[in-house]
Amino acid sequence: MSWTKKDLLGLEYLTREEIELILDTADSFKEVSTREIKKVPALRGKTAVNLFYEPSTRTRVSFEVAAKRLSADVINIATETSSVRKGETLIDTGRNIQALKADIIIMRHNCSGAANMLARALDISVVNAGDGWHEHPTQALLDIFTLKEKLGKIKGLNITIVGDIAHSRVARSNIWGLTKLGANVTVCAPEMLLPVAIEKTGAKTSSNIDEALKDADAVNVLRMQFERDEGAAFPEQLDYFKRFGITGERLARAKKDIVVMHPGPINRGIEMSSEVADGANSVILEQVTNGIAVRMAVLFLVAQAREIKT
Amino acid sequence: MSILIKGGRVIDPANKIDALLDILIEDNKISKVAKNIEAQANSIIDATGKIVAPGIIDMHVHLRQPGREDKETVATATAAAAKGGITTVLAMPNTNPAMDCLENVELLRGIIAKDARVNVLICGTITKGRLGKELSDIAGLKKNGVYAISDDGCSVDSDELMLEAFKEAKQAGILTICHSEDRKLSGKGVINLGFNSTRLGLRGISNESEYKRVARDIELAERSGAAVHIAHISCRQSVEIIAKAKKKGVKLTCETAPHYFSLTEDALLGYDTNMKMNPPLRSPEDVAAIKQGLKDGTIDVIASDHAPHTENEKDIEFERAEFGVVGLETELSVSITEMVDSKLLDWNMLFEKIAFNPARILNLDKGSLSEAKPADIVIISWEKGWTVKKNELVSKSKNSAFLGRALKGVVDYTICDGKIVYARKLNTH
Repeated sequence: MSWTKKDLLGLEYLTREEIELILDTADSFKEVSTREIKKVPALRGKTAVNLFYEPSTRTRVSFEVAAKRLSADVINIATETSSVRKGETLIDTGRNIQALKADIIIMRHNCSGAANMLARALDISVVNAGDGWHEHPTQALLDIFTLKEKLGKIKGLNITIVGDIAHSRVARSNIWGLTKLGANVTVCAPEMLLPVAIEKTGAKTSSNIDEALKDADAVNVLRMQFERDEGAAFPEQLDYFKRFGITGERLARAKKDIVVMHPGPINRGIEMSSEVADGANSVILEQVTNGIAVRMAVLFLVAQAREIKT
Repeated sequence: MSILIKGGRVIDPANKIDALLDILIEDNKISKVAKNIEAQANSIIDATGKIVAPGIIDMHVHLRQPGREDKETVATATAAAAKGGITTVLAMPNTNPAMDCLENVELLRGIIAKDARVNVLICGTITKGRLGKELSDIAGLKKNGVYAISDDGCSVDSDELMLEAFKEAKQAGILTICHSEDRKLSGKGVINLGFNSTRLGLRGISNESEYKRVARDIELAERSGAAVHIAHISCRQSVEIIAKAKKKGVKLTCETAPHYFSLTEDALLGYDTNMKMNPPLRSPEDVAAIKQGLKDGTIDVIASDHAPHTENEKDIEFERAEFGVVGLETELSVSITEMVDSKLLDWNMLFEKIAFNPARILNLDKGSLSEAKPADIVIISWEKGWTVKKNELVSKSKNSAFLGRALKGVVDYTICDGKIVYARKLNTH
């Protein structure tokens, strides 16, 4: 099995084998970060550009660290200070970065499909660091990597994802990735936050968190963004916490070793209590560490695919 | 000036003709349709093996002039129409300025007189500025030669105002064309609501936002007794509601566009903005219902909803791209490929939908090959295939949903008012 895609746009577009290849590659890169000199020359002489149209610290820094540990040169473009402000189109910005002979664009964008569009317009690699409500493939890959590390496998596991599923790219990527690897996925949210026909992905739906937690081997708790302007009524913060918040009391009724994940940043007291966030079941900081290995794997594989092609 | 068209398969739904006949055109009119016409003519067209039919009447076209000449002009749109076998278009009024008063209609009429290659009829607005607040001078527009009224692109939300509009339209004896969409329901949606909108992470547009407004528009029209034409229907329930109302005897007609019977929402899976239109491409079940509606006569008309947009407005993030696709040059071929080739429509039924019915609905002395009628004729190599290529489109904008698609049926000649306005270079293959 070898990697042939120049881009990583979403887990919907990958086969089970391709997802496993990324996870295996990440596994071999994880050790690099434990060395005294945390660097390998795998991408020496390559340039990766972080192009972020949405504020993000966590994902951007994680990609930057990953690229640097592979010895790539990293350039960060903050769109607030670039010519994007002057009305340059996304494709023009991409073509300019390509003309600078960069090798990989890592893009975060608030519009769904932005990465697909850029990837189609360019010869260089595009790695999707989150596009609208569509996909956030590296987040899901690091979630899956962490789960596999903790529980030894993915196939047959019961995974519950709770939160604003309708507007979550993390949820979508996780659903695709986990179902392809044979997990049983349940998405849990107030009805208004479950997107139409989501069960066609193979995921089950629930609006009762206690039921959804009952047989869960892991729960992935999404960040709630109450500031969204969606017109439709949004749940009240306190009411949400009461109905869906992950608390110690709720976990006590779940499987003893249930793994608790969160893509960050956490709203303590809204989607989960501090007790849970900092508790023994939480792997939230391990997710952050694993994010580096997973992103190293992704950058390495897409760069290699381009080299094979050219 | 006379033209003799020899040996073609003449299709004329008005006279129920499907036969090998000759057609003689004299003084811009059809002077004779018969077997083996022996006559002197300035030019003779050998139509052996070809379809000869009434010129297409496309009752839903956005010319963009005045106001958005960067997208399209009367000159470029009518050149595209001629290439597509279209001899008459109804120009939608959402220009800038909108066709909401005599002065603006006169402005467009001046441009048409100078630049149009085929017949251009003007549609006026229902409300001033298409704002849905205050009625246009509907009687005045009619007197000034406007053929229909529509706020296309928008629906008049107020029931009271819409009813008032229907009453005035009835009084004036003019057709009202409804863009039936409840924006409160479609909101900021960009594609059909369903599994695809979920997996793409895009806001959905429900069938409900269309059919509920279709039902309202029919109800108000019925109450007023005015004639109503529902534009660009795309979903199953709209077809059902219209079929029921027609059975009841409401003065009601409707149209669909070629993309609604040839493409499904799956065309959106790559975020191709050339597949973004309003109403959106729907589910396979909806497409099947549209096809069935065309076949059983519930849907009267196929119209292009030609909606040109520049690359700057399309080659951007999906959510930000404009709605709409060009269609003048592909309307006929898509209809042949999807509807005639698959035997859902025969040739007479097709030309009913694209020529005879639009003429009847708009009350035009066109759409047939009867003797003494204006000589608007299309000649088609119906078995010839072609592939839609961006650089071969005549329209100023290239936002076609059919780029790269193989279609059947090529226009050889378009004759408008007895003049050849388009002739394919027949030697190039």
